[in-house]
Amino acid sequence: MSESEYIVEVRQVRKSFKEVQAVKGVNLKIKHGEFVALLGPNGAGKTTLVEMIEGIQHPDQGEIFIAGKQWKHHQHELHQMIGLSLQETRFMDKLTAFETMRLFASFYKLDSDRVNEVFALIGLEEKKKAYVDNLSGGQRQRLALGVALLNKPKILLLDEPTTGLDPNARREIWNILLDLKKNHNTSLVLTSHYMEEAEYLCDRIVIMDQGNILGEGTLQEILAMGGGHRSLDELFISLTGRHLYE
Amino acid sequence: MNKITNHQLYRLIVAHFAEIIREPSVIFWGVVFPILMAWGLGIAFTQKGGVQAKLAVVRKIDLTSPNPETKLISWLNANAQKKDSAYTITLKNEKIGDATLSFFETTSSNAFTLLKKGKVSVIIEDKLNGSNYRFDPANAEAKAAYHLAADLEAHGLLSYTENQSQIEPLTLSGTRYVDFLIPGLLAMGIMMACSWGISYTIIDRRSKKLLRRMVATPMKKSNLLLALITARFTMNLAEAILLFLFSWLYFGVKVQGSWCALIILFIAANIAFSGIAILISSRTANTEVGNGMINAIVTPMMVVSGVFFSYHNFPDWVIPAIQYLPLTMITDSFRSIFNEGAGFMEVWREALVLTTTGVLSFVIGLKIFKWY
Ligand SMILES: Nc1ncnc2c1ncn2[C@@H]1O[C@H](COP(=O)(O)OP(=O)(O)OP(=O)(O)O)[C@@H](O)[C@H]1O
Ligand SMILES: [Mg+2]
Repeated sequence: MSESEYIVEVRQVRKSFKEVQAVKGVNLKIKHGEFVALLGPNGAGKTTLVEMIEGIQHPDQGEIFIAGKQWKHHQHELHQMIGLSLQETRFMDKLTAFETMRLFASFYKLDSDRVNEVFALIGLEEKKKAYVDNLSGGQRQRLALGVALLNKPKILLLDEPTTGLDPNARREIWNILLDLKKNHNTSLVLTSHYMEEAEYLCDRIVIMDQGNILGEGTLQEILAMGGGHRSLDELFISLTGRHLYE
Repeated sequence: MNKITNHQLYRLIVAHFAEIIREPSVIFWGVVFPILMAWGLGIAFTQKGGVQAKLAVVRKIDLTSPNPETKLISWLNANAQKKDSAYTITLKNEKIGDATLSFFETTSSNAFTLLKKGKVSVIIEDKLNGSNYRFDPANAEAKAAYHLAADLEAHGLLSYTENQSQIEPLTLSGTRYVDFLIPGLLAMGIMMACSWGISYTIIDRRSKKLLRRMVATPMKKSNLLLALITARFTMNLAEAILLFLFSWLYFGVKVQGSWCALIILFIAANIAFSGIAILISSRTANTEVGNGMINAIVTPMMVVSGVFFSYHNFPDWVIPAIQYLPLTMITDSFRSIFNEGAGFMEVWREALVLTTTGVLSFVIGLKIFKWY
């Protein structure tokens, strides 16, 4: 198997919905073990881009490679390799957290041992027997993260995984993710509206607006763009005339 | 690792089944409600004996005569039990059941009020030399009351009671209303459970982005649908068995034909409506639209397919069309197995058509299915 240098390679990808051009010719390369944050205001095209990488949406133009493979030809292998959480998913209300995880584990031919491991990892053990219906918003997000981690993915794609979490819960999730990076060389693409998250977690920040990538680099590099800004929000205003988050 | 309990199909079936039985309203609508309906309708329309005729009597008298005696009221005064302004006569007949006639003496305007409220079905205008009867000839109950009262006036108290030896009551099982009703309820249960249980679940999952999340894993798409159908089928089977047990123990409803044919038809019926359910739910992510579509398919069949009353009351030219509706086919075949002793040879065509309908709908539904 010819391992490509990049775990994810997005080439000239475009996607429109009727008259809305959600993604307008984006290029993006992510190395093995690299953590990348997609930052941008509402409607920037982050979800659309990430879902195209996940194989859930299909580009109108351009190509996407994951570990050198494309969705049309290697769907099964790619599903085994990625882990993801969508911006909004409601799991089945009347299943317990454990049963939900067990169900998803079966898709990867994994047994309850792995499920227990993941519960320990995401720190949701005391809620195993609770119905999804009765979990708090943050607990549901942890469950979604747990489901994403079941198959020990090489690449994680998380769409706003910490939106709505309290600062402590957010930090816990960051530490889980950093652990994966350190111990398993997992790569991560994450969308966010939080600058601290991008800064704390990611090697590289990609700024998107209106379907385009406006700039990318480390936080320092980005802030240096266009002549030294103090914060991402300030940079944003100078790039787009708008705030990063409304 | 290869234990069956880790297999995705197994886990999907377990998950869907858990989802069904953990919803208390499902137990009510699926199990309790059909039994209540069978009980209520069975009792209401299988009432043994006892005809109750309620009639209003309005005296049309010549105000100039000092003490005018109209014919019917005079006769009632002589023969009936009187309480306030109501006269009651009970006629005995062992074979066809007793008939109770209640005559309410009242004013003309009040008589119409009573009629509109359904408290009487016939208004009698009582005159010096005889009666006029006013009633809706399309109302069977009113017609029966008219015949009883007119007979009483013409022939006296004995006419209802005599000639009992001519009558041979048919109370064989298979000819009563419950015998007609139960197969219909079983068929309707399958239709309702599949369309709400499968279609609605799929549409709801799609709207909550759960379908999208599930197919972003190595899950086999067909397993998801198969599991939904299997869990539903298991539940439908349990519901049908409970309804049957109730009607057997309580009403003595029996399967006179082949059990084997009944089981085959039950499976075919489930295949038909499961397939249709997949087709209905193949595209939309909007639960309101889904609601409308399910109702648009289910309601007309409930009305015309003869679940509660025979569709032979519809005009002749629509009957062939009605007979090809899936629900009609199931209802008719269930009835012929229950009540006419039909076997596999009598229903294999229906079973085949239903299975084909289901499989075709499933295949088309799957082709156009929107997972994302
Ligand atoms: N299925 C769809 N149909 C029509 N338009 C869509 C669809 N999905 C996305 N869009 C449009 O594409 C654009 C990008 O949407 P996208 O969800 O990718 O933004 P986002 O960056 O994830 O925003 P947010 O931060 O609010 O999650 C938006 O203008 C949106 O309205
Ligand atoms: Mg988004």
